[in-house]
Amino acid sequence: MAVKDYLRERFFPHLWCPGCGHGMVLNGLLRAVEKLGMSKNEIVMVSGIGCSARITGYVDFHTLHTIHGRALAFATGVKMSRPELNLIVPMGDGDALAIGGNHFIHAARRNIDITAIVMNNRIYGMTGGQFSPLSGFGIRATTAPFSNIDYEFDVVKLAKAAGATFVARTTSYHVQEISDIIRKAILHDGFSVVEILSQCPTYFGRKNKAGDAVDMVKWFKKNTTPHGSKAKQENADLIERGIFVEEERPEYCSEYDKIVERVQTQGRI
Amino acid sequence: MNESKKFVQGNQACVEGALYAGLDFFAGYPITPSTEIAELLSDRLPRVGGKFIQMEDEIASLCAIIGASLTGRKVMTATSGPGFSLMQEALGYAVMGEIPCVIVDVQRGGPSTGIPTHGSQGDINQARWGTHGDHAIIAMTASNHQDVFEVTVEAFNLAETYRTPVILLFDEVVGHMREPLLIPEPGAIPLVDRLRTSVKKGVDYHPYLPREDGRLPMSDFGGVHRYNVTGLFHDMWGFPSSEPRVVHGLLRHLVDKLENRANLIARYKEYYMEDAEHVLISYGSAARSARHVVENRRMRGDNLGLIELQTLWPFPDDIIREKCARAKSVIVVELNMGQILREVKLAVDEPDKVFLANRIDGVFITPPDIMNILRLIRGKGV
Repeated sequence: MAVKDYLRERFFPHLWCPGCGHGMVLNGLLRAVEKLGMSKNEIVMVSGIGCSARITGYVDFHTLHTIHGRALAFATGVKMSRPELNLIVPMGDGDALAIGGNHFIHAARRNIDITAIVMNNRIYGMTGGQFSPLSGFGIRATTAPFSNIDYEFDVVKLAKAAGATFVARTTSYHVQEISDIIRKAILHDGFSVVEILSQCPTYFGRKNKAGDAVDMVKWFKKNTTPHGSKAKQENADLIERGIFVEEERPEYCSEYDKIVERVQTQGRI
Repeated sequence: MNESKKFVQGNQACVEGALYAGLDFFAGYPITPSTEIAELLSDRLPRVGGKFIQMEDEIASLCAIIGASLTGRKVMTATSGPGFSLMQEALGYAVMGEIPCVIVDVQRGGPSTGIPTHGSQGDINQARWGTHGDHAIIAMTASNHQDVFEVTVEAFNLAETYRTPVILLFDEVVGHMREPLLIPEPGAIPLVDRLRTSVKKGVDYHPYLPREDGRLPMSDFGGVHRYNVTGLFHDMWGFPSSEPRVVHGLLRHLVDKLENRANLIARYKEYYMEDAEHVLISYGSAARSARHVVENRRMRGDNLGLIELQTLWPFPDDIIREKCARAKSVIVVELNMGQILREVKLAVDEPDKVFLANRIDGVFITPPDIMNILRLIRGKGV
């Protein structure tokens, strides 16, 4: 199946700004799905609220565009009741880690088989450029006009500490890597977190004099390095990319199925 | 399995009703006085092939059951006031997406943490207007365990029929009290399964295009039709739209599908109403004391009658207006500051003859409490 067959062209053009990085995430995601040869009927995509969340409208899967921050909670209900379906949950940085932070850590703790994608552009775009919990110290935003004094989460460390069994990071510059990592994340049996640094030239870029979309994408190229590389040892400021965690731990729905089987065959256990 | 008799708490009567109705997915979070519902279902559901999950909070609980409902499951969550407050945004989502689900609120005294281990009926208006925006909702209640069972079955039937959340407003007194429950044999109470689309694979399915009768046949997530569900105003595809015609049409549909059927949805009981000069209107645990008063006074030749409401929303205005037309006085008995009183006053032709008999101190209203108020209303002193 061609990548464009996964799109709902009826609903185009999309609403993302020119230069937005979210299209690169969509591209990488669909290429991963295509490479896996998945049927459109076996994928449920659940999103919350924000620019990132609109991704669900454009893909020809079973799609659930929910409320702010709660996408993983809805996805948990879908997955638990139909474990054979593949759940992909793209979220924005505020969506996933401010209002949705609690659901994020608990989904990771349960190790439920969901692929969570954090489309991190370090800003609330839909509401016009407020700082998020991933913006970081010193960043300017419409609600941090004198520079931000909030420190950011490190999504990789947070996901790892919360118990996610697959944790990775890449950027909108590394399009091939997006597709490779998402493919592995979907294949992983457990809770996977993929953070993708994405550019918002409209708000983050303008407020922080980061240049245009091309400049911002080049920044990702220059300021990131593969996980465990020598470059990181020489320059601690570099952001690491790649797969940080990939481990086996019993998956939540399979464990529940075991309980059902035990209860039904042995009665009280 | 034949019918069986059990001696149970009201919360268990609700569980038995839900299982009888075909509940197969429950998500919840512990909260007094509803916790027994989650505890019992964590044990019962896996035995019947259903699923139970304890979520991280009440918000996630309602979100999870909405997700499960879209895959074709019959779903429920249970909570009390503080948890019900947290659920309000997701409740509106279920209204907007027209996703069947049942939400039990075993009421405690509020506001805030309030008085968790005591009864109250303070969440009546929260059930009606707790979520933002114009909308319609179904909310039901019951005063005894047999009715808790039946109303719970009915809640599932209505949720599936009208594709709407249905709220069960029980209260701490009924939830924790024990009395006998007769579970009818399977099939004795008809069950409604949701209407599923007959549109074949490969043919365009419009998830949000109502049929002529206003009903929307569903397609399960994971099935052959892929569509979008959103909390935004949406067109027949489920795709977001801000087109005035679409916005107006959808809001009217969401309200009319329930409000226009208020009389049909209404469920209530009557006691001694044929010749009643003074009508008591009550519901939930308070209706137990109201019924006691009516039966007691009848033995003394006092023409009292009782309407026990089981459907609170949509409020059965027409029925109340008609039943109270000849009454000299109408006394609303409830455990709040007059939430149904206000509705009754709006419904009847002579609102001045409507009075309130209530308690708001966490103590259950007794027959003498109601009698004292009756004496006052009738000018007989306390």
